[in-house]
Amino acid sequence: MNTDAMREKIAKFSWLVGNPYAIVASSILVIFLACAAFSTWLAPYPKEGAGAPNVAHTLIGPSRLHLLGTDELGRDLLSRIIYGARPALLTSLTVVGTAALVGTLLGLVAGFRGGLIDAGVMRLSELFLSFPPLLLSLVAVSLLGPGLRNALIALIVSWWPWYARLIRNESRSLKSQPFVEIAQAMGVSSWKVMTRHLLRNITSSLIVQIAADLGTVILAAGSLAFIGLGAQPPSSDWGLMVAQGRTVIFDQWWISTFAGLAIFIVVLAFNLLGDELRDYLDPRKRAK
Amino acid sequence: MIRLLWRRLASASLVLLAASFFTFILARIVPSDPALAYVGPKSTAADEIKIRSLLGLDQPIPVQYFKYLKDVVMGNWGYSLSTKQPVLHEIANRLPPTIELIAVAVGFAIFFGLMLGILAARFPHSVGAAVIRVLSIAGISVPAFWLGLLLQLLFVGRLGWFPATGEFDLDIKFTSPIHHITGFPLFDAAITGNWVAVGSGLQHIVLPALTLAAYSFGLIARMSRANLLEVFAQDYIKVARAYGVSERVVLFKLALKNAISPVITVTGLSTAYLITGTFFVEQVYNWPGIGGFAANALISVDYPAIMGITLLGAAGYLTINFIVDLILTRIDPRIEAR
Repeated sequence: MNTDAMREKIAKFSWLVGNPYAIVASSILVIFLACAAFSTWLAPYPKEGAGAPNVAHTLIGPSRLHLLGTDELGRDLLSRIIYGARPALLTSLTVVGTAALVGTLLGLVAGFRGGLIDAGVMRLSELFLSFPPLLLSLVAVSLLGPGLRNALIALIVSWWPWYARLIRNESRSLKSQPFVEIAQAMGVSSWKVMTRHLLRNITSSLIVQIAADLGTVILAAGSLAFIGLGAQPPSSDWGLMVAQGRTVIFDQWWISTFAGLAIFIVVLAFNLLGDELRDYLDPRKRAK
Repeated sequence: MIRLLWRRLASASLVLLAASFFTFILARIVPSDPALAYVGPKSTAADEIKIRSLLGLDQPIPVQYFKYLKDVVMGNWGYSLSTKQPVLHEIANRLPPTIELIAVAVGFAIFFGLMLGILAARFPHSVGAAVIRVLSIAGISVPAFWLGLLLQLLFVGRLGWFPATGEFDLDIKFTSPIHHITGFPLFDAAITGNWVAVGSGLQHIVLPALTLAAYSFGLIARMSRANLLEVFAQDYIKVARAYGVSERVVLFKLALKNAISPVITVTGLSTAYLITGTFFVEQVYNWPGIGGFAANALISVDYPAIMGITLLGAAGYLTINFIVDLILTRIDPRIEAR
């Protein structure tokens, strides 16, 4: 590792240390990731977390035995919530990953080539964006049939246009920069220009967008599950748990409250981190 | 101004045309057969053939589309499968309470968002500014359906300050009925001087409106803070302050004018977000509007209603964008020159 790269690493690390918001956000996300990866070990009642009912213990309030109480099937809520981290993470990685990949590819080609391809991609994404956010996803998942797989498809369908537009606009403004024009004049292949010169300079905007979207997708998937269009029982999806606790909200308040709290905290952490990253990666603000 | 209007109208009708095509295609790729959904499970094969020709489902797809398009323009949006009422009729009945809810929510969002955004920009290094920043990010991170339940739990269940669901107390219908004038119940109650109904309506609207407002509040607070900070750093503000111009004049006369445009844009954007937000909030609060109807239609695959709602959503989105553009051109003359 050369010294420049090392210095950069240290700078990145010290950014994290000197930034309370980023520390809190990344700690929450580390816990979230740990829950997703090691749910079997972290959950106090792994079997109940995975869905096994325990009818002797239904609807017990928060206590020392069950820190967050139990649900209508007697399952330990803390274990269920820990088991809910994995589907939440996988959902958001799948949706954001696919949407970013498709959108970036289309956006890059559209911005670089221009002309008919550009017009086509842009009109198409404008059509998708002419509906209120989430409406298309809701409609698509309803018509395709409720369930996690269809919810994923529906979310990807309405998410890619944002990436296509972002990448297209950025690559268009980069395209006329001297370093890109020179590379092209020197006979560098289009693919290399797109990946080496355009994409690399767009990475920071892309990262900021992805960080915020990872949270937003969890929120959206939770909303779908809440009205019955997303993940179905016996999934440990958080949105679904909020819906299940809804009928008993005034008596057994803990089910909906803690399940929703999990969504809220994780989304908040992603958004905080996205915000901090935006400030950090924006060269104008970093100079201050 | 007129030219802008025409251009927007032309592009709006194009978008709506595309949207109608989109909903049509979506409804045709439904795995479940619409005719079967219409006749129900106890039907005979003869019923099915009859309903298929009645609904025009035996025609070629392009013919079906043009017929659908004609019907949409003529105001025939089909019949809801679950209520058996004309979709347009359902929409007309349920839209006013939703618009009232959105209007109050946007009002809350602008008021609290601007106020806190200004405070955070005015005292950027205070503890308050940090709190406001976390609050605004919390606003865009909180699941509306969960916030709704929490507010119910706290203010209805524990404190008993507000009623749980609906738009008015049930006995209003008998004690002081609302006269139908514009169709907007709260507005009608107010202009007919029906203060009992107004009071009950206001009590009912506070919690759902607050729930709905959270997201917009977050965006507006964040945007107004960021823009004001940028404007405060500019030379003309520094000069004004150096000349001893009062802070109030600096803020309201000089700074806000230049910082407000992006705030208005983001307000419009978040209002559009509220359209889908009502699907969840109205369900939680049992609000008699279009959102709850939409949520039910989506769950029961009531496809004529879904198509109607999708078109309505696109139209609502276009309208909001159009209003935002009008406001922006009015307050910022540079835009029209573009």
